Amino acid sequence: MVDTAALVRARGLTKRFGSLVAVDGIDFDVAAGESFGFLGPNGAGKSSTMRMIGCVSPRDDGELSVLDLDPDHDGPSIRGRLGVVPQEDTLDTELTVSDNLLVYGRYFDLPRRVIRERTEALLEFTRLADRADDRVEPLSGGMKRRLTIARALINEPDVLLLDEPTTGLDPQARHMVWDRLYRLKQRGVTLILTTHYMDEAEQLCDRLVIMDNGRIADEGSPRALIERHCTREVLELRFADFDELDRAATRLDELPHTREVLPDRVLVYADDGDAALAAIHDTGLQPASTLIRRSSLEDVFLRLTGRSLVEA
Amino acid sequence: MTTTLGFLLPGASRRARHVVYRNYRWFRAAWWVVVSGAFEPLFYLLSIGVGVGELVGDVELAGRSVDYTTFVAPAMLASAAMNGAVFESTANVFAKLRWSKNYLAMTSTPLTPTDIALGELTFSQLRGAAYALAFLVTMVAFGLVESWWAILALPASVLIGVAFAAVGLAGATYMRGWEDLDLVTLVQVPLFLFSATFYPLSTYPEPLRTIVQLSPLYHGVALCRDLVLGDVGATDVMHVAVLVAMAFAGLRLAGRRFQALLYA
Repeated sequence: MVDTAALVRARGLTKRFGSLVAVDGIDFDVAAGESFGFLGPNGAGKSSTMRMIGCVSPRDDGELSVLDLDPDHDGPSIRGRLGVVPQEDTLDTELTVSDNLLVYGRYFDLPRRVIRERTEALLEFTRLADRADDRVEPLSGGMKRRLTIARALINEPDVLLLDEPTTGLDPQARHMVWDRLYRLKQRGVTLILTTHYMDEAEQLCDRLVIMDNGRIADEGSPRALIERHCTREVLELRFADFDELDRAATRLDELPHTREVLPDRVLVYADDGDAALAAIHDTGLQPASTLIRRSSLEDVFLRLTGRSLVEA
Repeated sequence: MTTTLGFLLPGASRRARHVVYRNYRWFRAAWWVVVSGAFEPLFYLLSIGVGVGELVGDVELAGRSVDYTTFVAPAMLASAAMNGAVFESTANVFAKLRWSKNYLAMTSTPLTPTDIALGELTFSQLRGAAYALAFLVTMVAFGLVESWWAILALPASVLIGVAFAAVGLAGATYMRGWEDLDLVTLVQVPLFLFSATFYPLSTYPEPLRTIVQLSPLYHGVALCRDLVLGDVGATDVMHVAVLVAMAFAGLRLAGRRFQALLYA
């Protein structure tokens, strides 16, 4: 029986490039209306997975069904029902903003009249209506990204694939993109996205998998993952120099809290950050600075892999 | 969508016309780039046909004497079709494959790699047909056309263009950098010079004649010349067959190579 609830279903999905295993036998399901994320550092296999879902990269092993079809046989039909926002902008810089949508819509066999109507609505939605007749080249990075999103929606896709939708954008432009994606989610559009920003994953994903080295390290809602792997709060300690940090790390062995020693600071996991800090002060340690914050997906990733998500 | 076209050319669909439409939208803003291409064959005709023709006089061809400009003009038509097609399909397509992300965007749509290749080829040959028409009109104006068969020289030059563009498209996928364009020139120039373009095949000694006949451009030149001079015969069917075979072989390979490059 085909599980009709799952728009995308993968079992043992594998992608190899020569001797490199980019995606190493992963399983996941994405349900209709869900907002699903792949969180992981660069090179974790997120983009390769997205390209296999998008039917532009054949799988080497395992099962994959997208919209109940097999990408190996029904690539063009599946692609006709997907919207893709690739990592790099692939806009047609030789054409105007509205011509980008016109030409792209034609690739989906949409009649010109339908494209014209949708173009108006989509440029309104992405707040590009006043740039309709301008060339694409001089647009800002944020505008190009929004135009790419508008273009991906021209065929009213069943699933929208977004590969690192806000990488390289300034904070203001990111928030604008998030806001638009959030509205799509509210409308019931199924979103599948990759990111290495935990705030993006927390903002947009109902459910996510954490990927590392082509494998899935864990899966769940952002909140559930944090609760499973972390304490409520995290205490960050910075020290005057490396020797001090080394000494502190040894001293902290006396305390019951789990911790992570990073090159520049020590993270102490505690449900009550203030109490933990008091206990540390009692040992006689004098950190140069301290910070108590809510734990995030970054901490989950660190606990799962021992490495930071975004390399400094 | 998979009709006769899909049978002749696996992976091709009518969606290829959308790629032509994309280029048309681009062309509306850049038509002057395209118009400039019409002058090249004209310059050749004036310098070699009229200029050199003055020194050479007449040429013996199929038992009769033909004025040199009349002899060389159809060869210029055929060569221009080849040169335009090769440039368009190698340099331009290589740049699009490497730098412009247009093809990458197309891969996320129902288009197939063969659709992309076929669409690019069709647009370039619409251009080629326009150039050929302009050149044929010029030939008529110069009194260089001797037969109504010459009308068929238009589709013939498009066929030459398609054949060379198809092979060029496949070639573009093997290019590693701009320096490889020199290799393209290394093939193209001898074809241009030695395909019975500037003197008849009978000028060559016997063993060389066979080699010249291996040149695809020779078949294009011979075909155009027969049509313009009205010497149409059974050999022209063979010329057409060679060019058609070249077009299909090239496009099939190009489709496969586009697949390998764009859908990794």
